[in-house]
Amino acid sequence: MINSQAFFKGLKSLKGARSPALPLAACFIALGALLKDAGFNIQQSAASSFFTYALPGQLVMAESLLLGVSIVNIFLAVWLVNFRLYPMTVSLFPLLEHKSQPKWKYYLSCHFLAVSSWLIAKDSYKKINAKYRIDFWIGIGVGTWSTAVIMTLLGYLVADLLNKEMLIGFAIVNPIYFFCMMIGAMKNLSVSISVILGTILGPVIYLFSTEWSLLFAGLIAGSVAFLLGEKNVN
Amino acid sequence: MLTSNIIILAIIATSIATYISRFMGALTSEKVSAESNIFKWFNCVAYSTLAALLGRMIIFPAGVLAESELITRLIVFFICIAIFIISKKNLVIPTILSAILLSTLNSL
Repeated sequence: MINSQAFFKGLKSLKGARSPALPLAACFIALGALLKDAGFNIQQSAASSFFTYALPGQLVMAESLLLGVSIVNIFLAVWLVNFRLYPMTVSLFPLLEHKSQPKWKYYLSCHFLAVSSWLIAKDSYKKINAKYRIDFWIGIGVGTWSTAVIMTLLGYLVADLLNKEMLIGFAIVNPIYFFCMMIGAMKNLSVSISVILGTILGPVIYLFSTEWSLLFAGLIAGSVAFLLGEKNVN
Repeated sequence: MLTSNIIILAIIATSIATYISRFMGALTSEKVSAESNIFKWFNCVAYSTLAALLGRMIIFPAGVLAESELITRLIVFFICIAIFIISKKNLVIPTILSAILLSTLNSL
């Protein structure tokens, strides 16, 4: 059903110098501590990472809850901040597609889509036989996702031992690691423009619209990068 | 204090709101060929959106990161990116250093 060789190759991406385990651990430990502080119990904290598994959305949820925002508005705010997962899935899954593979694998494993797993898969899918790429992806996903859940639990348990300075240190690891990974992925003009323009437009548009900034910044920067990239090729 | 029911409802709402984008992405992918222009466009939008999110996390962060100074975060950011490039794309050094640097600079 699942090719174990491809699966374990994916799982092994947690090891080695490019492993996302360290940044995942840092940010989900910080999240576990934050959720405890917000009044979550240990089961709820683990369930949040188990079922949502998208850090920015979980942060929005915790902050909105403390501010007394309604559930409907939490839903909308999270949808907007996690909408990036839509273009991310569409720019990965066609690379993993194979006619012989059942659809349920794609529908279930899309839950593993996160920045860490996405960057690893984009970086290494070519090394895997096209038929088993989805199994390779499931391996990456199971590894990163279970790391996130376990580290949320750990963060919850050790929350009292962590002081504010340590938590702030943990929280910066995530954006730094992903920025480095993205700079590593800047191998052609269109991706390079996407990354640089997106980084600038994200905070700039945020000044005008907090909720819609990611969507607009992504669409504008991405479209400009696409057009310039195409023009360059022609 | 938050009640348990509100927390559980919020977890369910957050999880559904997140899964929708992933699932819609899996459905759209069935109709998109990896060689098509639309795929290339989606690829650019994905990188841009991600970059926008990370840029925002540094400049306008949520959570505990908001309790550090912007200038401190920017210093850490530029030092770590420079180290990443100089060290021929070593990921371990800049990520570990970022935590130590920000904690230290922030406690000064």
